[in-house]
Amino acid sequence: MKKKGWKELPEGGIIKNVPTSQELKTGSWRTQKPVWDPNKCTNCFLCWLYCPDSAIILREVNGEPKVSGINYDYCKGCGICAEVCPPKVKAIHMEKEEL
Amino acid sequence: MSEILKTRQALTGNEAFAYAMKQINPDVVAAYPITPATEIVQIFSKYVADGEVDTEFVAVESEHSAMSACIGASAAGARVMTGTSSQGLALMHEMLYIASALRLPIVLAEVNRALSAPINIHCDHSDTMGSRDSGWIQIYCENANEGYHSLIQAVKIAETVNLPVMVTLDGFIISHGMEVVETLDTDAVRQYLGKRKPMYNVLDYENPIMVGPLDLPDYYFEHKRQQIEAMRKAKAVIEEVVTDYNKRFGFDFPVFAEAYRMEDAEYAILVMSSAAGTMKEAVDIMREKGKKVGLVRLKVFRPFPFEVLQELFKNVKAIGVMDRADSVNTMGGPVFNEVRSALYDLNSRPRIMNFVFGLGGRDFPLSDALYIINRVKELKEGKSLDFVEYVGVRE
Ligand code: SF4
Ligand code: SF4
Repeated sequence: MKKKGWKELPEGGIIKNVPTSQELKTGSWRTQKPVWDPNKCTNCFLCWLYCPDSAIILREVNGEPKVSGINYDYCKGCGICAEVCPPKVKAIHMEKEEL
Repeated sequence: MSEILKTRQALTGNEAFAYAMKQINPDVVAAYPITPATEIVQIFSKYVADGEVDTEFVAVESEHSAMSACIGASAAGARVMTGTSSQGLALMHEMLYIASALRLPIVLAEVNRALSAPINIHCDHSDTMGSRDSGWIQIYCENANEGYHSLIQAVKIAETVNLPVMVTLDGFIISHGMEVVETLDTDAVRQYLGKRKPMYNVLDYENPIMVGPLDLPDYYFEHKRQQIEAMRKAKAVIEEVVTDYNKRFGFDFPVFAEAYRMEDAEYAILVMSSAAGTMKEAVDIMREKGKKVGLVRLKVFRPFPFEVLQELFKNVKAIGVMDRADSVNTMGGPVFNEVRSALYDLNSRPRIMNFVFGLGGRDFPLSDALYIINRVKELKEGKSLDFVEYVGVRE
């Protein structure tokens, strides 16, 4: 991306067209990757509640919200979801990020 | 407007500032009282309590918070004013830079007072000189009348170029001295200023923006360059606003600097603010004796009107620059250093020296004013002198 010169930028240091965080794909920062098992998941939504990057995807199934996977474009691999998933369920585990 | 109503009122400098603020009727005033500017806020809060203004008055717990509140309100499109002095301005220091870089046209009524230590409540310019690189326009006024009108003009200037403006009066000498001020009709002031048209509005949820985000090495420099350009443009805006104001309301205020008996001057004094009154008297006395001395009263210090000074001083042989603050850098005060730099490129470069005077409210009598003129005359005649002298200090 060609960076804008001082004559082209909006004045006052403001940023227009927010939210810009959508353009910043933080998934490239990941060294560990959460892997979700739909067969174990009880849909308690703790992972969705705690994920700092809103990377747990919810979908509506028969009028009910359900976890449907992880958005790896933004998941930074912090492991919080795996940590908060109830120990008896263990529907998310962390794996090494392979390129 | 068929007829412009002007009224003569006996006001102190603080009263003149507060009265101008009442007529301006800003959307938000956030302020904290400090000597000798306390009355500005005190009188204004009475206008608020009595329902004479529509202003949202925010009584904050410090000047840092005052400027922070001003920044928030201004970013939301409000017309915002505040008032302070000395330590209060110093406490705002961090937020001053943010106000100017976010291009918020906040107007600050400032009363010049020395900075501690030792603690002193009287006039010198160390407070606003400490903010000279904060990106604010700075207008130093000679008397309450000029302060009143400059504060009204400041709103126009600020909102045209989207930069904050501080207008200053000398502490106690002017802030507490009573004089005749020619005030305008309130309707005329409000009609003149109209409504603010903000460059952006952080509360406009239909066009969301981010204000004040992180700006790392890849963009910060570009944003600073824009701000410098805005300050360059401010010169044309100040010229336009003051000229139009003079024409519209029938005044004769100088734009950047007042030239006093400079026509055929061979040597000259440059001074700011209230000391110009005493200096004019001294110039008159010397002129009566046939001495070709003139005076330049610098009114706008930011942006620095170097072109104007180059023109005014192109034919003089010696200049004495007066500073009511010292940069504690072993080479004099800030006004001196900038004036000297501005004149360096003149073909016939004048000899120039600095007189630091009046620190902490030290009186500046006519005898000192005459002494300074005589010193500059000696300089013109080729005498070799120290380039900084401290006038009025005991050895
Ligand atoms: S690893 Fe962290 S960022 Fe990724 S989905 Fe889990 S909680 Fe969200
Ligand atoms: S915390 Fe575990 S069980 Fe709960 S919704 Fe997330 S993956 Fe499913």
